[in-house]
Amino acid sequence: MLRIHYADYEALRAHGEETYPNECCGVLLGKNIAGEGDGAPVNSAAAVNYVQQIVRAGNTRTDSAHNRYHIAPQELVKIQRQARGLGLDIVGFYHSHPDHPAQWSKTDFAEAHWLGCSYIITSVEQGKAILTNSFLLSGTGEDDKNFEDQAIQIDIAPNVAEAAALNQKGQA
Amino acid sequence: MNIHIPTPLRAYTGGLETVSVTGTTVSSVFQQLTVQYPELKPHLFTPEGKLRSFVNVYLNDDDIRYLPNKEETPATDTDELTIIPSIAGGTSCRL
Repeated sequence: MLRIHYADYEALRAHGEETYPNECCGVLLGKNIAGEGDGAPVNSAAAVNYVQQIVRAGNTRTDSAHNRYHIAPQELVKIQRQARGLGLDIVGFYHSHPDHPAQWSKTDFAEAHWLGCSYIITSVEQGKAILTNSFLLSGTGEDDKNFEDQAIQIDIAPNVAEAAALNQKGQA
Repeated sequence: MNIHIPTPLRAYTGGLETVSVTGTTVSSVFQQLTVQYPELKPHLFTPEGKLRSFVNVYLNDDDIRYLPNKEETPATDTDELTIIPSIAGGTSCRL
């Protein structure tokens, strides 16, 4: 399951509207609840990717930004550093599909390498965000990776106590 | 030196986000890393021993692919190595 605060959910959808007709992209920072710190599989069905913060990223694919996205590795290194500073991990990514379904494409699958992470896709039709879906990249490697439909739980009010406990664990 | 491990690969470092490895060059650091954590090896390197195309390695703020000496770049204990798989995709072709 993917858990995300309503404000973050709305913000990533708004990002897709802002960049329309081009694809937006960004990173989900948080905690993988089932897998944290103990080496347990992060992609088991029971795992929850709990998003604490989203980070907008730039799309380097200016040559084909309407149907491709790519986050510069250097930007990703900075975001990973930022996550570490907050006691959080990269638990997933988001991008938009302008005038295209909120379903992973062959390109999305071929380019997906973050096993255990969530890939959120929002369809943006005529500049309006329509559907948002999440897919868990499951498997143990490139040979058996798979995108599985992932339920999204949207928290209307942030659970402050839970978030603080998570952050404390992350900093321990 | 410290090596920062991305979330998908921490299953092979006992859950550790940062591991410490000694070595004098990037390649010797990698050699040590895969001796310490052998399960990491197939996820980082092809069977021919080349770094997988989607795996980016940064020595501090520099992509090692663009450093003059690449994997043979000297490394010290105060340097940091970051492993970061690439992120890309998109609809690619319209229906």
